[in-house]
Amino acid sequence: MQDEPTPIELTKAVADFLRNDITPLISGHQAFKLRVAINILDLVTRQLTREEGSDAAEVERLRALLGIDGSVTDLNRALADRIAKGEIDLATPGLAEHLWATTMDKLAVDQPSYASYKRELGRGG
Amino acid sequence: MIEAELSRSVVRWCRGATGVTGAAKLSGGASQETWRFDIVHPDGPIGAILRRSPKGYGAAPTRAAGLAAEAKLMQLAFEAGVPSPRVLHVLVPEDDLGTGFIMQRIEGETIARKILRDDEFATARPLLARQIGGILAGLHKLPQNRLPELRYMTAAKEIGEFERDYRSLNWPKPVFELALRWLRDHDPGPAAETTLVHGDFRNGNLIIGVDGVRAVLDWELAHLGDPMEDLGWVCVNSWRFGEIDKPVGGFGTREELFAGYEAAGRKVDPERVKFWEVMGTLRWGIMCGGMMQRFRESPDHSMERAMIGRRASETEIDLLRLLAPRGS
Repeated sequence: MQDEPTPIELTKAVADFLRNDITPLISGHQAFKLRVAINILDLVTRQLTREEGSDAAEVERLRALLGIDGSVTDLNRALADRIAKGEIDLATPGLAEHLWATTMDKLAVDQPSYASYKRELGRGG
Repeated sequence: MIEAELSRSVVRWCRGATGVTGAAKLSGGASQETWRFDIVHPDGPIGAILRRSPKGYGAAPTRAAGLAAEAKLMQLAFEAGVPSPRVLHVLVPEDDLGTGFIMQRIEGETIARKILRDDEFATARPLLARQIGGILAGLHKLPQNRLPELRYMTAAKEIGEFERDYRSLNWPKPVFELALRWLRDHDPGPAAETTLVHGDFRNGNLIIGVDGVRAVLDWELAHLGDPMEDLGWVCVNSWRFGEIDKPVGGFGTREELFAGYEAAGRKVDPERVKFWEVMGTLRWGIMCGGMMQRFRESPDHSMERAMIGRRASETEIDLLRLLAPRGS
């Protein structure tokens, strides 16, 4: 438990400053890079906001699917290995649902305006 | 200044030319650069483009065909009526410009989002999917006995290379594993007919004007292989730039693409095209991982590369839409 303001509040403050106060002052290639920088801060803010909840749900699904325990990284590695070995595939109950849920959570952070994501959200998330 | 070397070069091979003006670098990594400039000529300026590896950067990356091969392919395409810039000069040592070539500059737009949104392309857009089919057919018909030396690739070889690249990233992605399995299980085997494959034919690598496609660019991934690879790659969702219901570069339908291809006298194998679309989606996803790795390892900490690393998840959702679609 660290102190406040929270990381989310801090990244948001910097992004808002760059967006509102600096963007009007800059043009050309530097303006393009500034947009990229703001996009990065917005992404980090979304990840900080969502990660705890989405990781917990991901770990829970992975434990059920694999029958083992571990960190989100370890469990993803284990799932990747089992798919590579052909031990788990789309016929395995729960795999497709798990991959869809995990991928939707990633897109919500990485690229919420991606057209495929918006289409799939329209199907009910 | 590069203008001095360019001026000395153009007067040697362009009759009447007296020098160059307006040289500006359009893009450049460490090993390859693109410059625009105008050749000063009594009949009026001639727009030109230089593609080169600067001195000391002769070696092309292993997958690239190399600038000499690129020049040869563009010239062959131009002669065969495939929209392509005319190659004006292949660099020689006395040019003192490194290795590469100089080509005619073609006016038009390459930025995919502009081509898909701007009013000036509104009449061209509905024609492009079919036109692209015809252009790909022309490209696949280029005479093989005149091609430069190129790598021969099969699906199995490409899957092997993807897997090696992906494993080297140490970046476990269950969706990519699933795609690799699917590709191995559905590999249609070597194509009955081997042709030239452009290798990076997509929205973003085409110069488009109000009249349609004016030039095919970026031949560096050209190789010999299954012609259906180009038809699949042009349909990868990443190159639709949001127009996801128009598979061919965001312009139109597969049926239009196939009709244009077959009208030019070549056969389409839709199953193979689908296979190569899955392949292409994974390929771009792994390339995003490569960008992440370069961001980490290179000293310039490019933010753009970092963000491209975060676009791998776009290919994960597109792979799921292809391999495990949910109800409509």
